[in-house]
Amino acid sequence: MSPILEINNLFKSYGSTEILKDINVSIEEGDFLVLVGPSGCGKSTLLNCIAGLEPISGGALSIGGRDMTTVSPKDRDIAMVFQSYALYPTMTVAKNITFGMKVRGVDAATQAEKLAYVAQQLQIEPLLKRKPGQLSGGQRQRVAMGRALVRDPKLFLFDEPLSNLDAKLRVEMRTELKALHQRLGASMVYVTHDQIEAMTLATKIVVMKGGVIQQIGTPSEIYNRPANLFVADFMGSPAMNLIPAKTRSSDAGTHIEIARENDAPIVLSDSKNRDLPQDVILGVRPEDIADAAKLAGGEAQGAECLIDIVEPAGADTFAVMQLGGKHVTARLHSETTAAAGLPQKLTFDLGKASYFSPDTGLRLN
Amino acid sequence: MADISPYTEARPSQAGKIALRWGLYLLLGLFAIFYLMPLFVMVMTSLKSLDEIRTGDLISLPREVTFDAWRTAWSGACTGIQCEGMRPYFWNSMLIAIPGVAISTLLGAMNGYVISQWNFRGANIIFSLMLFGCFIPFQVVLLPMARMLGMMGIAGTIPGLIFVHVIYGLGFTTLFFRNYYVSIPSELTKAAKVDGAGFFRIFWSIFLPLSIPIIVVTVIWQFTQIWNDFLFGVSFSQAGTQPVTVALNNIVNSTTGVKEYNVDMAAAIIAALPTLLVYVVAGKYFVRGLTAGSVKG
Repeated sequence: MSPILEINNLFKSYGSTEILKDINVSIEEGDFLVLVGPSGCGKSTLLNCIAGLEPISGGALSIGGRDMTTVSPKDRDIAMVFQSYALYPTMTVAKNITFGMKVRGVDAATQAEKLAYVAQQLQIEPLLKRKPGQLSGGQRQRVAMGRALVRDPKLFLFDEPLSNLDAKLRVEMRTELKALHQRLGASMVYVTHDQIEAMTLATKIVVMKGGVIQQIGTPSEIYNRPANLFVADFMGSPAMNLIPAKTRSSDAGTHIEIARENDAPIVLSDSKNRDLPQDVILGVRPEDIADAAKLAGGEAQGAECLIDIVEPAGADTFAVMQLGGKHVTARLHSETTAAAGLPQKLTFDLGKASYFSPDTGLRLN
Repeated sequence: MADISPYTEARPSQAGKIALRWGLYLLLGLFAIFYLMPLFVMVMTSLKSLDEIRTGDLISLPREVTFDAWRTAWSGACTGIQCEGMRPYFWNSMLIAIPGVAISTLLGAMNGYVISQWNFRGANIIFSLMLFGCFIPFQVVLLPMARMLGMMGIAGTIPGLIFVHVIYGLGFTTLFFRNYYVSIPSELTKAAKVDGAGFFRIFWSIFLPLSIPIIVVTVIWQFTQIWNDFLFGVSFSQAGTQPVTVALNNIVNSTTGVKEYNVDMAAAIIAALPTLLVYVVAGKYFVRGLTAGSVKG
């Protein structure tokens, strides 16, 4: 089967500034693709290019197997949800949802039927006669979704739809969106700067920076095997620890030496990764540095470290220390005995460690 | 006693507040009287007979109220050789002002919509040039405009005057609508495009319904401009197509013999009445529309 969305060598520039450089993405039917990156990385521009709201400067784009490179937005068989919801202020909720059908000349009976179905799906029946100004943020969000759902398009586009909601509602709507995606089996493209949203929603993530794709992969690939330092640092909260280290090969594997101020270096060994260059940047997720008692797997190794800061966060406690000249965060048990200013015995698990070249920033293993 | 003392202490400042309040009212009242004085004199004079004007005081109330002057001003006063009063010219002005206001408002709305929501190359330059049109003194364009109206074959006609007013109103109406629409998020247009609506559909179904406050502002502005215009009216009209302002001038200036102050005053009030009415009816929307900023969806 042909991919539902295929982007080949897409370029986009405004005058002489290149916004998007050589974008290649394709997704299958039912995929939930999330475009994530810091602000100004071009993710929203890419979404607008997919929608046809911005013309592209080079490359090709097809939706549902049809070439859509120069097709106008209304003929692309897409629906879009915007950050500001973009509800038509003078129309009632019902009119907002049916506007697209009205423009396309769908008969009144079908309109009413689809409206009723969508209103029931999103539980907005009591709101249908109200104007957008009389709705709360969450309700507007639902109406905006309803306007997209009613179209039953090939592809749904979401432009940071949750970022105007407060924290609690955002988490609720996130779950709801995921449930909706599972129920409908629809194909979606979703733009966000929130890496947690990206991880929880996506079946496929595109990490972007400066108009260039840094990595494409499933959430687990992106999280566990980041392609470069940028992705490693951007995805995950707290961020992955990126510690400058020196390596030394031996028969048993690689020894990794992390320098410390006023203390002997920590030496860890990794039996899986060999042939690493002498200087590397070791990437370890906070959860792979834990209380001595907790991690006892094959690659777990103990070391005693001086804790600088302890941050209790409810379920976990984060301990910050200084290793290799960097702040390093460990995710400890909530009832940990770690205290600021005191040494603590910690366990390092290098089973999922990443290694990056300090020069190119690219992944080595 | 201890309970009362805070109140007794507060009393002098309370009195001060009241004094200040009344002081303000007094001052504002004086200003209002000052501004209303000319209108008062006009109305009183128009209700007096010529004899009474000659013998009486300028600001005294009429001894005997008579509407003769009004009747003469409306349908009998002479402008040169014709003695039809203000009536035919009043209708001329209506025939000029109503289409002129409607067309320039609609075109201004469309211009503002295009300039603010459909980014195209040179949009800002075009807008700046249109703004420039707001500041061109009308005397400068009289001759070229006369030539142009002649070439178009509408010189001296009411459509010709409508044309002139639409052209010179466009700068302002475009400015009003552009500034209003610029605060409407562009996502609204994008959403409508994805929904399948085209250029005119988006304008008609989404932007115009949002524009009531600015339409009111523009209508008041344009109506006042066109109705009160004298220069274009006197330059580009001929006998039979003159607007009310020109007629008023002719009535006041072409009387022979006794100067009929009461008729002049009544004619002047008749000429000013429609704009006054528009302000009274729509004035509060005018202020509201001028200050209304963004449209929150």
